[in-house]
Amino acid sequence: MYQMYNSSNDKGVGGLQTGLPQNRDGFSPQQIDLGRYLFFDPILSIDGSISCASCHQPDKGFSDGLAISKGIKGMPVHRSAPSIWNSAFMDKFFWDAKTTSLEEQMQGPLYSENEMGNNPTNLLQTLNKLESYQALFLEAFPEKENEEISLHEIYTALTAFECSLISLNSPYDQYAHGYHDALNEREIEGMNIFRSFVARCSECHTPPLFTNQQLAVIGTPEPKGMPFDKGAEVPTGDKTLRGSFKVPSLRNIALTAPYEHSGVFDNLFDATEFYTKGRGHAVPDSIDLIVHWHIWEPQLSVYEIERIVDFLHTLTDESFKPQIPQAVPSGLNIEI
Amino acid sequence: MKRLKKLLGAILLVLLGIGIGKFIIGNKPKQVIGPTFFESGSPDIASNGKPNEIKDGVRHEVKDGESIQAAVAKANQGDVIMVYPGTYSETVYIDKDNIRIYGVIENGERPTLNGNKQLNDAFLYSGNGIAIENFKIIDYKGNGIMGQAGNNFIIKNNLIINTGVYGIFPQYGRNGLIELNVLSGIEDAAIYVGMCDNIDVRINEVFESVAGIEIENSRHCLVEYNYVHDNAGGLLAFITPGLPIKTCDDVIFRGNYVLNNNHKNFAIPGSVVSKIPSGTGILVLAADNVVIEDNFIIGNKCFGIAITDLENGGMKFSTDGGLDPYPDHSTILDNYMANNGYNPSGDIAKLTKVAMLDKLDIGFIGGGSNHCILNPGRYVTLGLGSFGQCEAISTKAVKTYMLPNPVPPKDVSEMKKGKMAFYGICAGCHSYNNIIVGPSVADIQMIYRDNPEGIVEYITNPIHKRQDFPEMPPQTHLPEDIKMAVAEYLLKVTK
Repeated sequence: MYQMYNSSNDKGVGGLQTGLPQNRDGFSPQQIDLGRYLFFDPILSIDGSISCASCHQPDKGFSDGLAISKGIKGMPVHRSAPSIWNSAFMDKFFWDAKTTSLEEQMQGPLYSENEMGNNPTNLLQTLNKLESYQALFLEAFPEKENEEISLHEIYTALTAFECSLISLNSPYDQYAHGYHDALNEREIEGMNIFRSFVARCSECHTPPLFTNQQLAVIGTPEPKGMPFDKGAEVPTGDKTLRGSFKVPSLRNIALTAPYEHSGVFDNLFDATEFYTKGRGHAVPDSIDLIVHWHIWEPQLSVYEIERIVDFLHTLTDESFKPQIPQAVPSGLNIEI
Repeated sequence: MKRLKKLLGAILLVLLGIGIGKFIIGNKPKQVIGPTFFESGSPDIASNGKPNEIKDGVRHEVKDGESIQAAVAKANQGDVIMVYPGTYSETVYIDKDNIRIYGVIENGERPTLNGNKQLNDAFLYSGNGIAIENFKIIDYKGNGIMGQAGNNFIIKNNLIINTGVYGIFPQYGRNGLIELNVLSGIEDAAIYVGMCDNIDVRINEVFESVAGIEIENSRHCLVEYNYVHDNAGGLLAFITPGLPIKTCDDVIFRGNYVLNNNHKNFAIPGSVVSKIPSGTGILVLAADNVVIEDNFIIGNKCFGIAITDLENGGMKFSTDGGLDPYPDHSTILDNYMANNGYNPSGDIAKLTKVAMLDKLDIGFIGGGSNHCILNPGRYVTLGLGSFGQCEAISTKAVKTYMLPNPVPPKDVSEMKKGKMAFYGICAGCHSYNNIIVGPSVADIQMIYRDNPEGIVEYITNPIHKRQDFPEMPPQTHLPEDIKMAVAEYLLKVTK
């Protein structure tokens, strides 16, 4: 529906009736469905214990309800699992924005030791041993020359599935398209606080995706005992980006607690309240951060924070939530 | 013969127009550096740009004690809301297209929106074709008037005092006019054009604010005949990093009075403008193709005009790999400048001391190339060694940067609207041949063959027909034309 609208400089950011950014598209239903099986199949991890869906659970907004996600053998991952709703529209992935495509992104968790622990050789071997997968890959990639599954095909199928996860039909969207009864008075009040220049939420969480896809230093605290996370300074080596993270989309945000890169806030009230507690209030003195200029002291009242939270709940839409397969081709148990 | 002469004259004019673009070019330039406008895709420079043409709809009247928002809620596209003098304490939000809100001025008295320092914004709009005129707006915390992605706007003849961060702030808007407003006491920019295109800012008075008029990450903006005095900084053309739209290009500062901008900088700590030295006349930060012409720039104690890059701008930003941090192609045509830079601070003070200057009209610090200036000998300058002499002498050819016609809504066919609505909304439950949640599309086609009206009726008010399916939620949120488009699409799809 947002394709009906103009978008300023084609960036897909703006107001209520603004077009979306460019999206990934053109996958076949067979590729999407194959991707769905792969997504839920623990065969993708080295020991067959976890799948993509272990950390990106459909019922939890494609996150996992944990502050810090867990990989194979319960090993801690060092950040919170981000939602993958609407990833078809995103141009940067990971909290620190280190990759620019889903195909590159998925190789992170697939092959990192404390996540799925796999490696390309083993992944290909295990999948190629399964005739049912070979058949599904042949259906999804009819132009291929033999039944040998390739890494490229695995990445494409998973990307196809992820790009089918579109969430753009929430009560908020109905309001944006012109049906003003879709939101109640309190939610509209929250929307107006959200987009006002006092709270400034929408300056970075810009509609229609509720992210402007930029890096920002906001200075959230790490939970007790966790070392300071340098964010995008790590992949870029740029000190001015110390502590910066990609602005996450707020679509389906009510489903994905806890919040922030380290899951430090377990509810939306606290996550919102963070922004009114003062610029850099949670940054240790020993750490030099260039905090984003939009972080200031808006002096929001409890009432106003509650209204923002009301509004955030109107961004929930799961009408394209996929069905969890009853069984996966590997025959392994789906445990989510 | 007379006719022929006229024709030849016209052809000559056209040729001249093609040759020189927005500039009128002087004689015998020595060393020519400078932009050649326009490239294809630049806006039309036809005169009398009209931001919007809308026919009068219904007229709503709002009197003292009534609510402006209630009138907005009732209004339809094309309606006019007349607000009579009185005090209104509310936030007016306009999420509809083509609504005009006019204050009625009686015996010199305007309707006043008073935020009592409790309310965030006076006006918030996201619709296209919005006009807001003749109001007095005081004591808000956020903005006087803020637009988010509304095109074709007019903000005119408002008095905006002490309204928090910005006075007038259109964001992501194309084709707009900000004219004849008076603003003061703003903690950031009194008029802030952010990530916009094709905006004219004309004949406003801005004073006792941190920044007078700021053009940020915007293209094709004409800022002329404004009276900009007693702010900490007068006129700004900025690229700010970290924003999704990353260029600031083609800005004309023309015929403005930029006087005594020596106010204390009272910006919020951490904000971009908090780093602007008090005494700033015109500051170009990383923006490209900025023309400064025919301005009176007098008595700004730090400098008259400075052109600099992000590194040297004195503002600490995080790196943004997506943008060019250097200003290019600045064009300084003739301006009247006097008594600037007599009491500088910060880096400027150090630089002028080293250069043994006791005044500073124009300074250039840092990277960026292809700048030019006319008659540099008239001014006290610093660092202009790389500047060439401008070929152009005037931008008179540019009457406006607004578009000759309003930005039209995106042209989307009925078929495509139907398809978008189907995939955006219906496809969650209905597929062509399979049963996901509701009946298949093939099934629906059998029942409603040649009867899209029947589908519209059903989806507006669904009745639970079959026990083996869940009840369908009503789709009343869809406008009538979309419901019809989706019904017709539904009957045509074949897979």
